[in-house]
Amino acid sequence: MKNDIVLEITIPNQTCYLSLVGKIGESMAKELDRYDGDREELASRINTVLTEALVNAIKHANVTDPTKEILVRINISGKELAIRVFDNGQGFDLNRVPDPCFDSDILNENGRGLFIIRSLMDSVVYKKANGGNVLEMKKSLR
Amino acid sequence: MNLKTETSGGSVIVFVKEERLDAHNSGDLKTEMNRLFEGGSINLIIDLKEVRFIDSSGLGVLVSGFKNASTRHGTIKLSAMQTQVKSMFELTRLHRVFDIYATVDDALES
Repeated sequence: MKNDIVLEITIPNQTCYLSLVGKIGESMAKELDRYDGDREELASRINTVLTEALVNAIKHANVTDPTKEILVRINISGKELAIRVFDNGQGFDLNRVPDPCFDSDILNENGRGLFIIRSLMDSVVYKKANGGNVLEMKKSLR
Repeated sequence: MNLKTETSGGSVIVFVKEERLDAHNSGDLKTEMNRLFEGGSINLIIDLKEVRFIDSSGLGVLVSGFKNASTRHGTIKLSAMQTQVKSMFELTRLHRVFDIYATVDDALES
């Protein structure tokens, strides 16, 4: 469709690329003139979501195997932003990830990534795709 | 990771001289805090003035420092958070756990 934006980035399964991908997402959001809201806030949100999703894929799905790759696809269609992070690891059960923000768990050192993603996006789904898995995160741009 | 450490009074100030505190570099901060704790320093101030971005791994490392300081009957204070960093503490409710100050001087005087 006219005016759709599709951005695909493939990176090695290494955390040194977090900053690069986060900044690409941030820059894209800042240029998004179809969004009437606070673009700085959107840029920050996309940076955070991309970073958390990549870390999740690198450490948990691809189990820190540096020979694997991660594909990130950012799609802006009309008034919807979709970010998909594909891994080719064994995956995990999204519904079994605990909420670390309850008082009893607040001093856990791990486990906040998916909570943060869920808090910042409208919908989050993790499913099988392309012989691996995809974490699909959507947000309305209205 | 670029860290600068200073001692002032009974506290050690760790200046995080990075734009991001994330899964790639936060392990270095954890190592430095552990080194300080094991060297007998129990009151730390972590200055985040230059940090524009923090992720869950960065938050987790600060929680680790908080627990380590508490175990040793010490303190860990955070200073000079930028807006985006502060919003991550609020989102995860960790702002209720940490003592947060506007500046290093405020943290030292508290």
